[in-house]
Amino acid sequence: MNQNPKYSNTKATLAIAKASFRSILRSPSAVVFTLAFPLIFIIVFANIGGGGVKVDVGLAKTSDTLSPVYQALKNIKVVHLIQDQTAEDMKGNLAKGIIDAVVDIHKNNAQPIYTINVQYTKASAEKGNILRSVLSNIYYNINSRTLGATPPVAEIKETTVSGREYKYIDFILPGQLGFSILSSGVFGTAFVFLSLRLTLVIKRFFATPVKRSSIVLGEALARITFSLLGALFIILVGHYLFGFTLIHGVITVLNMLVLSTLGLIIFMGFGFIISGIAKNESTVPPLSNIITMPQFLLSGTFFSVTAFPKWLQAISNVLPLTHLNNAMRKVAFEGAGLGDVTHQLLILLVWFVITYAVAVKTFKWE
Amino acid sequence: MAKQPIITVKNLVKNYGDFAAVKGISFEVYEGEIFGLLGPNGAGKTTTLEVIETLREKTSGEITVDGFNIETDKDSIKQRIGVQLQAAGYYPNLNLSELIDLFSGLYGIDKSPMEMLSKVALTDKAKAKYKDLSGGQKQRFSIATTLINNPRIIFLDEPTTGLDPQARRNLWDLIREIRDQGTTVVITTHYMDEAEVLCDRVAFVDGGRIIGIDTPDHFIDQLVASGFERKKQVKLANLEDVFIKLTGKEWREG
Repeated sequence: MNQNPKYSNTKATLAIAKASFRSILRSPSAVVFTLAFPLIFIIVFANIGGGGVKVDVGLAKTSDTLSPVYQALKNIKVVHLIQDQTAEDMKGNLAKGIIDAVVDIHKNNAQPIYTINVQYTKASAEKGNILRSVLSNIYYNINSRTLGATPPVAEIKETTVSGREYKYIDFILPGQLGFSILSSGVFGTAFVFLSLRLTLVIKRFFATPVKRSSIVLGEALARITFSLLGALFIILVGHYLFGFTLIHGVITVLNMLVLSTLGLIIFMGFGFIISGIAKNESTVPPLSNIITMPQFLLSGTFFSVTAFPKWLQAISNVLPLTHLNNAMRKVAFEGAGLGDVTHQLLILLVWFVITYAVAVKTFKWE
Repeated sequence: MAKQPIITVKNLVKNYGDFAAVKGISFEVYEGEIFGLLGPNGAGKTTTLEVIETLREKTSGEITVDGFNIETDKDSIKQRIGVQLQAAGYYPNLNLSELIDLFSGLYGIDKSPMEMLSKVALTDKAKAKYKDLSGGQKQRFSIATTLINNPRIIFLDEPTTGLDPQARRNLWDLIREIRDQGTTVVITTHYMDEAEVLCDRVAFVDGGRIIGIDTPDHFIDQLVASGFERKKQVKLANLEDVFIKLTGKEWREG
C-alpha cells in the first residue's frame, strides 16, 4: 500500500489549526465575547465618558435670540440650550433637575439694554453654579466691550500647555482589548479542550499519528489568529470611529498585537487548567468566572486602578490583566516600545511560569 | 492461499488498578479476513481492541501489527490502521468534507473529501454536520475516516449497534467491500446473526479470556454434532427477513 514514508507534524498542526479556526468562527459565543461585548462597551463608554460636563439650560420662548447674550451662550460648549419645550414643561423639568436652569433674555428700551432672568434649581445646584460663572463671564465681557475705557484692576493671563488630548477612548479601548483577550483565552480554551476530551474527539485523534504537541499548538494557533483579528478589528474601529490615539501608527498597532499574543498565551494557560479540573461543560463558566471576573473589575478595564483604595490597589497590582492593560496603554498612548514596558512584561512572565506549571499538572487528555 | 497473520496477540494482560480487564488473551488475525470479537458487555473486547489500536498501554504480553511491535513502533502502526471508536465524536461545527480534510492532515496525506465520501455513499452530505446525520450515516462516515490513510487493517467497535435492519445490511455490504479490496477488518459486535453472515472467523471473549476461535460455520457444526438442537424448529426465514421483505431493502435516510 502507498504509505507516506515521512510524516509531517507541521501538516497535522496546520490541519488542526484550520479546523479549529473554522469551528471558532462558527461558534456564536466566541464571536460575542471577543468582538461584540468589547465593541458594545467601547461604544457605550466612549459616548457617556467623553463628553464632559453639560449644563442643560432651558431658553424661555420669550427670549431675544438676536441679543449678543444669546450668541455668547450658544457658543459656550458646556451650555446645552433647550428651546423646544413649553414654559410649563421647563418649569416641571427644572424642579426635577432634568433642566439645570432656565434663562430668559429681554431687550429693554432703556439702560441696561438687556436683562437676563435666570432661574436655578436646588435639584441641580452644582451645575447651576457652573452656569452662574459662565453668565458672569459673559456679563463682564459684554459690559467691558461696550463701556471700553475703564482700566481693569486685575487681569488674567491664560496659557494652555499643548499636549495630546487624553480621551476616554484611550483609556477604555486597551482595557476592552484586555478583556476580549482574557475571555477568549480562558473561556474559549477551557471549553474547547474539555469538549474535545468529553466527546472523545481527542481519543480519536490519538488513533492517528498526530503528536500531542501538534494538538495544543494547532488549537493555540487558531485561537491566537482569531483573537488577533478581533483585536485588530477593535483597534481599527476605535481609531477610525472614536479617535483612539495610535501614536506611531502601524508600529503601535503591531506592538499592541504582540502584547495581545503574550496576554493570550498566559490566559490560555488558565483555560488549560480549567479544562483539566472541570468535570463537565456546566462547571466551565463558574470556574472561568473565578478567573475573569476579578480581573474584569479590578484590572483597570473600566476605571483607573488609582481610583481604588490602597488595599484594593494592592490586589489589582497582582493581577496579570492589570499589567497587560498598563502595558497596552503605555504603548498606545505614550508611544512606548516593548522595551519600555519590561516591568509589566516581567510580571507577565512570572504569571506565565506559574500558570503553565499548574496547567502541566492538571491538564487531562482523557 | 496460505493464511498470513497480520495481527498477533500473545498473552495480553490489561489491569485497571486491581481490576483485571484482560487476563492473558492470545489470537491471530489473518490478512484479508473479517475477524469478529464476540462476547457480552465487559468481557474485555473494547479494551483488547484499544490496546491493539495503541490507545491504551498493555500491562503485559506481546503484540505485533503488520510486522511492527506495539511497544517500539506505535507510530508505524498508527499509520497502518484505521480506527472507529464506540461513540466517538467529531470536531464541532465542521461539515463532513472539512472533517475529512482534518483527518487527512492528521495522517499527513492529501485526500479529496469527495473521493472518501463517495466510498461510503455520502457525497450528497458533504456540507452536512456530523450531528445532523442519521445513525447509519454516522457509522458510514466513521468508516470513511478510518479509510483515509489506506490502512492495512481497520478496527470497528460495534458499528451496527442501534441501527435499523436496512442500515445494518447496508453497512455489512460496505464492510465486505472493504475486505474485498484487501483491507483486513477487525470488528466487535453483540449480534450473533451479524457475526454469522459477516465474519470469516470469530473469537468468543468472556471474563477477559478467549474461550474459542474458529469460523462461524465450524462452531455451529460442532455444536450440532454434539447433539444440540434448537427448541423451536428453524424455519426457512426469520422475522428480520419478513421485515426486509415488507419494508423494502433500500437504504433509508433520516
